[in-house]
Amino acid sequence: MTLQQMSTPFRPLGDSALVVHLGEGIDPAIHKKVKHLSLLLENSPFPGFIEAVPSYNSLTVYYHPLTVCSLNPAYAKKSPYQIVCGFLSKLIDSVGTHQTFKQRQIDIPVLYGGEYGPDIEYVASFNRLSVDEVIRLHSSAEYLVYMLGFAPGFSFMGGMDEQIATPRKESPRLAIPTGSVGIAGKQTGIYPLETPGGWQIIGRTPLDLFLPDCSPPTLLQSGDKVRFVPISSKEFSSLKEKKQ
Amino acid sequence: MSVQVLHGGLLTTVQDLGRFGFQKYGVIVSGAMDCVSMRVANLLVGNEEEEGVLEVTMFGTKLHFEQDQLVAITGGDLQPTIDGQPAPMWRPVLIRRGSILQFKSAIRGCRSYLAFAGGIDIPLVMGSKSTYLRAGIGGLSGRALQKGDCFACSGTTNPIGQSFIQQLEQADQSFTWYVDVRQLGLFRKNEAIRVMHGSEFHRFNPESRHAFFSSLYKITTQSDRMGYRLEGPPLHLSETFDLLSEGVTYGTIQVPSNGQPIILMADRQTTGGYPKIGQIISADLPRLAQMQPNTEIRFTEVSLEQAEEALFEIERVMADIALGIRLKAQS
Repeated sequence: MTLQQMSTPFRPLGDSALVVHLGEGIDPAIHKKVKHLSLLLENSPFPGFIEAVPSYNSLTVYYHPLTVCSLNPAYAKKSPYQIVCGFLSKLIDSVGTHQTFKQRQIDIPVLYGGEYGPDIEYVASFNRLSVDEVIRLHSSAEYLVYMLGFAPGFSFMGGMDEQIATPRKESPRLAIPTGSVGIAGKQTGIYPLETPGGWQIIGRTPLDLFLPDCSPPTLLQSGDKVRFVPISSKEFSSLKEKKQ
Repeated sequence: MSVQVLHGGLLTTVQDLGRFGFQKYGVIVSGAMDCVSMRVANLLVGNEEEEGVLEVTMFGTKLHFEQDQLVAITGGDLQPTIDGQPAPMWRPVLIRRGSILQFKSAIRGCRSYLAFAGGIDIPLVMGSKSTYLRAGIGGLSGRALQKGDCFACSGTTNPIGQSFIQQLEQADQSFTWYVDVRQLGLFRKNEAIRVMHGSEFHRFNPESRHAFFSSLYKITTQSDRMGYRLEGPPLHLSETFDLLSEGVTYGTIQVPSNGQPIILMADRQTTGGYPKIGQIISADLPRLAQMQPNTEIRFTEVSLEQAEEALFEIERVMADIALGIRLKAQS
């Protein structure tokens, strides 16, 4: 990254949002900064702040331009974008990699293979592994939730062992059931809603990922650490029952 | 129950200004496609401007009123009728008990907004009444209106709405005054849509950057509340590169590898991973929202400062409209 980019990490996303760029690539250390900035911002929002969305290495900040100007009369002549950049610059100064915040550890029980994981044999043969090895590799890694997007509660996770990386299906399925755990390239993820999709499905969790009546409304959040725990079909059924 | 749905129409949903604060969980914003018309509809019946309204798309919606109800219809002209007689738009209208309100078909624009004095009596889901179709939450049971649905309107307690009801009952005819839609610029023809550079604008090759601002792009029939798929000269990057997904917003113009741009609309996903060639300015989104499929559009380049100024101008017009409506209620 050039010095110039370092000194101006902001770029507009239209007239009512901007992106704060905190580094390059997929890196837990950069993501920690993203997460830290979003927490600082939520704890001390500027007038006109709407919300902030973390991604791998940037934070997108949404604001009401009119409120930004009218509630900050000292800056009446300035552009709302400039005013928001000013607020964020002060916060960025106190963002460091060493700050620690409570990182949650979430275990996701998964019933691998069978009718709930119809593609696990393909993933195994594509990578010249046995099905048991695929399960072992998938459930022994620790994953970091970088961001949520695509669907409510859908997490973009990093940390999958590349030995089980598998390309997407050539033609997507029309409906992938809720809770399906899949692999696409080097990524793994869980479908929170029934949607069409091209991921290789290796199992299913009985847990709900999207909880519209709860606060927060999703099981996983940006910054969480995740592990997959293999379960039997009996455990799957009893966890399903407990939920109801 | 105060309103009964006789026909749901093509797509009629409850929408407000959107569900904010949950995008970090992947929960989309939704909300009215044409926020300006939606806000004016609420102001005309004395509601807060963010109250939930019905967004009626193109044609077919038919409602039976089981009690007297003050409403306002704004946005696209879908030839609304009350008991077969043309219903006036852009002003408060008192619909009598037993009457039927019907939207025939779009002759200008494509989305009408129907506001009810007091608002639609449905619970807030994550702070909003907007319908999120794919997740099945918000609005009326999380879906579009269907035949047989019923919903209640909260009573009109606001003084503006009460004043209009009183005036209409005394006069026994429609108001002759109305909000002049021309000042909102919603249906200006042949005027370019104003666009700022997107984050990846300079990653597109020079021919594509030139084509984007000099060609016509057609809004295809594969366009909906989630996005407008455009058709025109293909746009390509100078060289491919890895782009990570990040936050997007209403009006973001993404270009997938086939080179045909997609404009993200009200029901867009929260994040996107395609290169962003442009960003439509907020002031021009209501006009875009009223464009029917097969309309050809042209883009013109503006700066951030121009975008901010255009938005402030719209807000000045909105403030004047709100003041004018308050004065009418006092007369």
